[in-house]
Amino acid sequence: MTLLQIENLAIDLTRGAQTHRLVSDASWQLDAGQTLAVVGESGSGKSLTALAVMGLLADELTPAAGHILFDGKDLLTATDDELRQLRGPQIAMVFQEPMTSLNPVKTIGYQLTEGMRHHLGFSAKQAKARALDLLEQVGISDAKRRLKQYPHHFSGGMRQRVMIAIALACKPRLILADEPTTALDVTIQAQILSLLSRLCSEQGVGLVLITHNLGIVARHARRVVVMYAGSVVEAADARQLYRAPKHPYTHGLLSSVPRMDTRKGSKLLPIQGAPPDPFDVLRGCRFNPRCQHATDKCLTDKPLIDHMAVHAVACWNQLDTPLDHTLNRPISNNASGETRNP
Amino acid sequence: MQTEATLETPVHRQRENRLRATLAKDRKAQFGVVVLGLFIVAAIVAPWIAPNDPNEMTLDMMNPISAAHPFGTDDLGRDLLSRIIFGTRISLFIGFSTVIIALIIGVTLGIAAGYYGGRLDFIIMRYIDLQWAFPNFIIAVYLVAVFGTGLFNIIAAISLAFIDDFARVTRSMTLSIREEQYVDAARTMGFSNIRIMFGHVLPNAMAPIIVQATVSVSYAILAEASLSFLGLGVDADTPTWGLILADGRGFISQAWWLGVFPGLAIMLVVLSINFIGDWLRDALDVRQAI
Repeated sequence: MTLLQIENLAIDLTRGAQTHRLVSDASWQLDAGQTLAVVGESGSGKSLTALAVMGLLADELTPAAGHILFDGKDLLTATDDELRQLRGPQIAMVFQEPMTSLNPVKTIGYQLTEGMRHHLGFSAKQAKARALDLLEQVGISDAKRRLKQYPHHFSGGMRQRVMIAIALACKPRLILADEPTTALDVTIQAQILSLLSRLCSEQGVGLVLITHNLGIVARHARRVVVMYAGSVVEAADARQLYRAPKHPYTHGLLSSVPRMDTRKGSKLLPIQGAPPDPFDVLRGCRFNPRCQHATDKCLTDKPLIDHMAVHAVACWNQLDTPLDHTLNRPISNNASGETRNP
Repeated sequence: MQTEATLETPVHRQRENRLRATLAKDRKAQFGVVVLGLFIVAAIVAPWIAPNDPNEMTLDMMNPISAAHPFGTDDLGRDLLSRIIFGTRISLFIGFSTVIIALIIGVTLGIAAGYYGGRLDFIIMRYIDLQWAFPNFIIAVYLVAVFGTGLFNIIAAISLAFIDDFARVTRSMTLSIREEQYVDAARTMGFSNIRIMFGHVLPNAMAPIIVQATVSVSYAILAEASLSFLGLGVDADTPTWGLILADGRGFISQAWWLGVFPGLAIMLVVLSINFIGDWLRDALDVRQAI
């Protein structure tokens, strides 16, 4: 059953009389209880899409086209009241910065129980009991004492655990996690991600993991959507995507991440250049200035993507050789001497 | 310091502990609490501790300090100490009540303007600017002149005059706090705007509001004194500090005590309140403690 479906979403930035399209034609869907990863660089529009789902876009940003269907209901046309009923008990969010997403002058207990009392009509006692339970679920020991503490008594990792507990508090059906581990120590990133993913699958909560790190989502997401410069460029099942990425951008992303099994001597391959300025009008494929496989067609015609395909790609020159992770080798052998054969 | 003990205790108890702990270190706050406490007690038990009836006229006119009249007497032979003790009642009452009223209205306006922005912000702030253009005291004088003297009118006039200060402070805090991620987080939990404004934004804006409130209590006491001094006070029979000062003004060269003692009372209370305000600001900030 489809829980969240984003259809041809476009988000416009209005500055004075000018309008710039920051996200165009983004489509993906998530089934109930499943995990989806949305991957892309900064500025790829992945966070904007999430904010649009929550209805938290800044004033100058407007969803210009498309639909966001949650359980069949279009969130873009829902009233404020309807949205308020959904946020919390239906959709919750975990933010990137655990240091700033907790209110510094309220106790953890207050922040955990507020939603339950507000949305679920829990009494103070019931809410406290569930808060204790939640803190234990997210691996915070000595929960009873911890409830009375303030955010500044917690480390970054602990705060993100608390954020996860708060998100789960009202028993939502969907959690959006916007780079939930980016601000954390490398040593606990995997822990937090596993925790989030485990709790969501145990409790049947759909999870959208938004991240720029393809590496960390490999284990947790069933399906991966890759966004670039405001559009979806590739969407496939995680295993398929890692083994044989078809879009040169995805390929580049995977080659730029160090892996344990990378053979000694082979180098990481960064993607050259930077994402296009969203204010530039760029014809054709938006990745073409950075693409090693670009042809004349890429400069003039925008590649289309079939969102319904099992392995959807927006590229005129799809790669069809599986990626050799152990070499980090690009498929075409013209990487300007950056690779060295062992 | 007392980490373990503090963390075991309930939130309100934690706050009390923090207040007590910071008070123990803060000499000025101790002075403020003691002095203001004495004045408040004096105001409550005025009829029992005042040596004379504050309005009783005697033939001992303009007597200097003596055993019978510790602060001397005024031009109508009234005991100055008794008048100052009774004056505490009105002065403190006006000082605190006006600030509470101004705080409630001003904070509500400021938080609504800052949080919603746009047209509401424009309308509220143009009014505040209008008020800002005039000194608070001029506004109070104007309102009293229009609506007449009397306790209620004085309180209304002074409260109104202080609204803009609170609205401004609150709005500027709200503008920065509403961009914080925890406000977004509260929105993602589906809380109403009112709940977010008063439950999440306001508690984070309290420090400068407390400072503003304590400064305003001082100003309100001074404003009442000034209004009374100008003859726009509560009424001629009710002793207030301003009225006592005003009455003594004509005789300052023959009777220094008529100016010094009510002035000293005003100064001590204003100073105490400022010290207490500084202490509260630090002690109520949970981020600094422990």
